[in-house]
Amino acid sequence: MTKLAESWAAGDKRAVGQGTLTRQWAMVIDLRKCEGCTTIDKPPQCVEACNRAHYLPEGQQWIRVVVERDQRGSFFRPIPCMQCENAPCVQVCPVGATYRNASGVVLVDNNRCIGCRLCMAACPYDVRVFNWVRPPTPPEAALVRYSPEFPVPHRKGTVSKCMLCAHRTAHGELPACAAGCPMKAIYLGDLTTDVATNGDEVLQLSTFLSENHAYRYRGDLGTRPRVYYIPGHGEAFGRRPGA
Amino acid sequence: MSEARRLEAQLLGVLARPPRWYPFIVTLLAGVVAWAFYAWTVQYRIGLGVTGMHNRVPWGLYIINFVFLIGISHAGTLVSAILRITAAEWRRPITRMAEVITVVALMTGALMVMVDMGRPDRLLYLLRYGFGHLSSPILWDVLSVATYLTGSLIYLYIPLIPDLAMLRDRLGPKVPGWQQWLYRTLAMGWRGTPRQRARLERALTVMALLIIPIAVSVHTVVSFVFSMTLRVGWHSSIFGPYFVVGAIFSGIAGIITAMAVFRRIYRLEAWITEEHFQKLGWLLLALNLIYLYFTFSEYLTMGYQPDDAEAALLRLLFIGPYGKIFWPMVLGGLVAPALLVMVPSVPALRSLRTVPVLRPVPIALTAAGLLTTVLLARGMPQAAILPAWLASWETLRWPLLGLGALLILSLVPVLQARRVASLVTASVLVNIGMWLKRYLIVVPSLAVAQTPFGAITYRPTWVEYSIIGGTFAGFALLYLVFSRLFPIVSLWEVREAEDSAIREPADVGTRPYVAPAGGRT
Repeated sequence: MTKLAESWAAGDKRAVGQGTLTRQWAMVIDLRKCEGCTTIDKPPQCVEACNRAHYLPEGQQWIRVVVERDQRGSFFRPIPCMQCENAPCVQVCPVGATYRNASGVVLVDNNRCIGCRLCMAACPYDVRVFNWVRPPTPPEAALVRYSPEFPVPHRKGTVSKCMLCAHRTAHGELPACAAGCPMKAIYLGDLTTDVATNGDEVLQLSTFLSENHAYRYRGDLGTRPRVYYIPGHGEAFGRRPGA
Repeated sequence: MSEARRLEAQLLGVLARPPRWYPFIVTLLAGVVAWAFYAWTVQYRIGLGVTGMHNRVPWGLYIINFVFLIGISHAGTLVSAILRITAAEWRRPITRMAEVITVVALMTGALMVMVDMGRPDRLLYLLRYGFGHLSSPILWDVLSVATYLTGSLIYLYIPLIPDLAMLRDRLGPKVPGWQQWLYRTLAMGWRGTPRQRARLERALTVMALLIIPIAVSVHTVVSFVFSMTLRVGWHSSIFGPYFVVGAIFSGIAGIITAMAVFRRIYRLEAWITEEHFQKLGWLLLALNLIYLYFTFSEYLTMGYQPDDAEAALLRLLFIGPYGKIFWPMVLGGLVAPALLVMVPSVPALRSLRTVPVLRPVPIALTAAGLLTTVLLARGMPQAAILPAWLASWETLRWPLLGLGALLILSLVPVLQARRVASLVTASVLVNIGMWLKRYLIVVPSLAVAQTPFGAITYRPTWVEYSIIGGTFAGFALLYLVFSRLFPIVSLWEVREAEDSAIREPADVGTRPYVAPAGGRT
């Protein structure tokens, strides 16, 4: 009984920040605000920001925007890595090159990846990409010290993917896609402290999710993604669901 | 001279003085392998980007060929082990051929995985980091394929020992020094004493018993690489047994093909008889029907899923772009071989050959079918030139199918007269069909969209085709070189059968080769 009480107390302490506080990153994408950057007549800005931030080689997209349809019509859906809690890619990696870090972000160690691509076959969200040829290294990327949290320069013959900008969130910055979204549709959340922010506003994560009927993409698969979507058709910027 | 002695003389002759065509074929095959090696260096230098694979179809011909070759490997050791344990006497002239297929197929198959790796330089990471990540099906594959390769090498080697001793004693200075040294070393001082014989028998029995579960495990875990993912068409509990049955099926077809080749090139018709082909043919037919049954179960279950992706996959396979591979696989690789095995044995059809009045019937039907096809095709506007014929495949397929059926019918008299030829044709069709089936397992499941995408296609490049061609050439080369250095038939086992038949008909006592007194050690 005393032990249980102690562990509760310890838990509380962590929560109020007296112990070590480990963030549990999540992402919320408000589809009511996402209109695919069509109203500003530009290519999706989250994709562009991501490509720039990670010096992505041509042909790679770590976040991509697809068009889907529901009963009310078409809508845009940005698809980053879902950072699944029960990640199929982590289970099948034979060398442990892909793993979840303490904050729940799924990372790839390109110095260990053997390039078998089973993780690509296993990912139900098709978010993993492969360096099929030697990726060009721009001068400014050449000096970056490689780490799985900032996998630059890219390595030939290994797998890459969105890593929720672990290098930016570590010191309180929003992921590149969230920072680059002109509509502020992408929120970074922390499950430990139950907050979420898009850079403009700070919200209580759990309330925000439940009040707006948030869901997880293909939640039926049981991979428990850490990325939540709020249903919508870009109506916040006057977009009609369209044909 | 007894049958066994004549066989010995025949095969020892091959070892002492290879046939005249041998150097040419070896050079040709080595040339193909060298070309494949060049293609691989290109791939190593530039990266896997020189293949047709891309982010949506990250696996292609290499993985397909890996599954195919591991399947072929089940020919050997498994079939040989089962036949040995059940004391099927007719197995004797064919066990060695089968066992060699296993070893060669496993070697080339394992090579396919290494070719497919993005970072072959990190191969040993599997050992360095792997054991902390045993949840990965890739590791199960590494472990079971390595075990199987080791096991089947031992299982090939043990029954080779008495024959090696005989080569040591009988070939002597007829072969170059290194070859004598090879036989002397590998024979490990075999003299055929009762103690040695008892040990050999026991080791063989133990290995035969061990190798069966290992063989089953190998193709099961090959299927697990696919079925442990969430992908449509892969995520299925039927996959383990389905792959094992498919492997034994294509393996038996592999043995029949190899038997036909060796029988022809080394003139072994007296020992590898129609009976061997016919018995393996029935085995092939049994596996063929089981495989059809599994295929039917797989697609029927898929068809009753309410899931959109499963429906999309079935559409791709049945009426979509993969239909061009799917239907030839089903009809040419499963139905036609079954007919080819069965038809020569249907007594009723014999009348087509024996009753004079009925003789023209098959030919007449085929001619009528051909005429109908041509008339139908002429009725279509774009049928004037060949490319247009191919373009109008959709409209032509039913007449063509009918024509194929009639062709088989017209061949019935020929097939009945040439059973071996029809069985070998069936086996070659099975092997082609099973390769296509592996293509249909790997590619369409990757190409079916799980998240919204445009049309996803996969076109292999010259690098992939070259490397695949190289593995087949390498397979043939290794097999041929083995048959040039070692007897491709287990000579002592054939003699043992003959001895026990003459001296003690009811006894299964063993008489492996006994070195003549005063022979070299």
